[in-house]
Formats: sequence, C-alpha cells, structure tokens
Amino acid sequence: MNIRTTLLATAAAVLLAGCGAATPAAEPAPAASASASAEAAPAQPLTITDPWVKAAEDGMTAAFGTLVNHTDSPITVVGATSPLSSKIELHEVVESGDKTVMQQKQGGFVVPARGSHELAPGGDHIMLMDVQEEVKPGAEIPFTLIVEGGPDLEFTAVGKDFAGAEEDYHADMEH
Amino acid sequence: MAAPRITRRGLFAAGAVTAAAGTLAATTPPAAAQTPSGADVVPFHGVHQAGIATDPQAHAVFVAFDLKRGTGKEPITRLMRLLTDDARRLTQGRGALADTEPELAVSPARLTVTFGFGPGLFKAAGVEPPVRKLPEFETDKLQDRWSGGDLLVQICADDPLTVAHALRMVVKDTRAFATVRWTQRGFRRSAHVQSPGTTQRNLMGQLDGTVNATDLDRAVWLHQGPMRGGTTLVLRRIRMELETWDKVDRTGREFTIGRRLSDGAPLTGQKEHDEPDFGKLNHLGFPVIDEYAHIRRARVDDPGLRMLRRSYNYDEGLAKDGTSDSGLLFAAYQADVDRQFVPVQRRLAEGDLLNEWVTTIGSAVFAIPPGCGPDGWIGETLLA
Repeated sequence: MNIRTTLLATAAAVLLAGCGAATPAAEPAPAASASASAEAAPAQPLTITDPWVKAAEDGMTAAFGTLVNHTDSPITVVGATSPLSSKIELHEVVESGDKTVMQQKQGGFVVPARGSHELAPGGDHIMLMDVQEEVKPGAEIPFTLIVEGGPDLEFTAVGKDFAGAEEDYHADMEH
Repeated sequence: MAAPRITRRGLFAAGAVTAAAGTLAATTPPAAAQTPSGADVVPFHGVHQAGIATDPQAHAVFVAFDLKRGTGKEPITRLMRLLTDDARRLTQGRGALADTEPELAVSPARLTVTFGFGPGLFKAAGVEPPVRKLPEFETDKLQDRWSGGDLLVQICADDPLTVAHALRMVVKDTRAFATVRWTQRGFRRSAHVQSPGTTQRNLMGQLDGTVNATDLDRAVWLHQGPMRGGTTLVLRRIRMELETWDKVDRTGREFTIGRRLSDGAPLTGQKEHDEPDFGKLNHLGFPVIDEYAHIRRARVDDPGLRMLRRSYNYDEGLAKDGTSDSGLLFAAYQADVDRQFVPVQRRLAEGDLLNEWVTTIGSAVFAIPPGCGPDGWIGETLLA
C-alpha cells in the first residue's frame, strides 16, 4: 500500500460520510433501488440498496451497496457467495501505521437495528477473490449474503466501470 | 441526497415577508431573482423522453459516441440500462450509482438527459433503422468532427456545473462500449432572465424560433410501432460569419430575414406572432418580404408539419485577430425527417438570403426512442 492508496481511502471516507447522511432521504424513493430484492423491503428483515460490483476482467474485484436492517435487532452478515467467484470474503479497510490495509472483517458486517451499514470503496466491502468470468459493465451479477440465524439475502448487483477501489488489488496486478 | 424541495412560491412568500419587515423594501430585488431554482426537477419517466417538450434549459451539451467494433445488441442493452439508471438518478437530484462526486448531483436545476440512436446503432444491433443519413444539401460544408454518431446523449440544465457532472457520469459509463465522436456545447439565456416561452435571440441578434411546432402530437411524436412516443432529432452545427454580418446595416439584416430586429415582427406586421403577409407589395411593386427572405423560404403552412426547434447558441474560442467561432446548434425534433426537415432545408439551400452569412458545418440525425417507466430503460422497445 502506498500514499496514493491512503489518499484514495481518505477520499472514500469523506464520500462515505456524505452518503451516510443522505441515506434516510434517499431510501423511500422506489427508483433508488437497483434490484427487485431491495424493493421487496417489507417482507425481508435485511435488504440491500444500490448494489454494484466493480467491473473486472479477472482476478479480484469488490461489491458494494447499503445494507438496511428492517428489524429491531442487529443483523450480522457472516459470508457471501456468487457464481462469479469461488472465494468471497467480507473485508474492511483499516489504518495500520501510516498505511491503509485491507483485511477480513472479524465477526462479519453488523447492521444495527433499524439502521444501515454502508459498503463502499475505501470501507467495508464484499471481496471477490477469484473472479472466474469477466464482470462486464452493466452485467447483472447474482449474490447471496449469508446472514447469521438466516434467512440469507439474495440480490443482483450491476457491474460498473470504476477507477477507484484500487486498494482491493495486489500491487503487481494494477494496470 | 436531495434536500426537501423548496417551492418557488414558498420562497417568494418568505422573501415578501422579509421585504415587508425590512426598511429597504424599495431596493430589494424582485424575489424571483433570488429564488434558488437548483432543486427544480423535471420528471424522468413518461411516454416521451424529457428534454424535448421541456421548456429549454439555459445550458446544453450534445455528445455523440461511436460504438466500438463488435458492440452488438447485448452490450448496447447493458449500456442503455446503465445510462438510463444514471439519468434516472441524476435528473432527480441524486448521485449516480458509484458516483464519485455525488454532491455535484444535488442541484439538478431541471436537468434532462435525452438519448438518441443514430443509424449506425441500429445496424450494430441488427435492427431496422427508423432514421437514415440526411441527403446532401448544396450549401453544406460538413466536417466529420461535427457530424454523425451512433449514440447521442443530450444533457440540458439551468446550471453548467450540473451539466458537466452529468456528462462526466455518462462518459464514464459509456467508454467501455464506445468512443467519443464529438461534443457540442450550447447556451441560451440564463434561467429567469426572461419569462418562459420567450423566443430566444441567436448571436446574429435575431429572434430565433418564432414559428415553432405547438401541436406536438402531430408534429413531433410518433404513434406507431416500437418508436411510439419517440421522435427524431436533426442536429445541425450552423456557423455564423459574424465578421461579414457586421458589415450589414439594420435594413439589410431585416430584409434578409423578413422580420424586424427589435421585436421580431414580420416586415408586414406589428408584433412578433403576426402572420407574415407574403403577398404585400411595396410602393415599387416588389414584395415587402423578399422572395428569398429567410422566413419566406423556411415557411411551413401546415402546423402539423412544423419542426420543434430547440436550438442553442455556441460561441467558442477566438482567433488571434478576434474572429469569432460562433453559431447555432440547430436542434429540430420532428415525427418525420423526410416530410418536415428535408423539404425546408432544400428550399433554404436553393435560395435563402441568409446563406451568405451562415454555413452548416455539422449534421447528424438520430431516432429518439420513447420514454420509459420506473423499471424500464430507454431503447427497450427497440432493442429488447
């Protein structure tokens, strides 16, 4: 990791703050959700708003979105699967000395009761470790989030060209 | 992300209260001039795409793309779903998906994003094209860099920063599929400078667009087949020779057009919207409105055959000697290019006094697909 990565992460944190503040206003609009699953909000304890995945030819990539908990108890996401990648991890980006590093998030993503949890570049994300098939821009990629105590959350994320989230890659894979 | 919309009326009322309470009421500018209109939103969903019947916004950029080789129906569909999603969010004042500058989206200022498909897109998708390249006109001096294109995106708003951000998102989502062919930027009067519906002036000083289509169901919208609710766009880049136009006095200028410069009234009338009397002769027995005056040559008697003109001025860099690069982005929407645009352009090319000072240097034609609903995407009736 290098200075550029740190800067990117810092910028992402600012972005996160901006989006987080606006989330309550954005949610009620039905057009805000990119997937049908998100619109079926009342029936499901956990939904995801605006899921997307960074377009990639192969190797690693990451998926993002806003997890929304519709219940009065915290919900913990402990894993994820997708036909796209045999290995998927839940990651966080943390500061380590003067660097930011990406690592597996211990205990998974905890979505507070009646609250939301943002997955965004530079922050928590769903990490696809071994993409088997090109993620094309505009492609609809199925995902399943494994929820502690169930039920699992199935959704479709749209592929988006995105220059950031480079911290998700090994240095020798940058292009 | 968007703040609750503050109505203009509400602010007006608040402004009035302030003015009444203050001692400087007499010098307080009109409340309307201070009303922030950044939150004004044009609905995205509908039978028709927005940005056509929409009262023209102050700023526009037209960008045309060429599809990359081998980009067929499936990738075009992915592209249009992405771009529709961007437009749906941005026009309503929300950041696009994966928007790195979502704060730039919070003031849509009547943003519209309108998509058009050129003949090449239909060919690439294997779909019968509803539009074809225009015939050649003798007066045209077309340059490749302002002509053609497979995909058009027309972005309009009352704020140039909003336009720039929307363009940036569109380009980022398009470049995996296509390359930029040209970008054309234009402007009209700023928002609230004039009452809505006021005919704009072009850079030659003329009122431009007095006789415009008003019966859009007849003149603009298509009613049959997969293009139902759609229309066509002819975009022409018309260069103005302002250096030689400067040599023409007011009488000559009014004679060229057939209208008065001051108020746009026909030379035979009193007010802008008076019907020109093309039969009226002067004391020498010549027509008051010349046989080759622009308004006579451009005249379309049947309102159902008039184009909806929604043009923008352009004014680019100056040469070292100050020579301007100015003109008009002539944007005309019509149900039928061959019956509406082409006959008028033929007459103008055959003889129009204005030709001395205007030259068409760019030309493109696009099918404008119908609008879509909340779960739809622009182009679905043509490509799905």
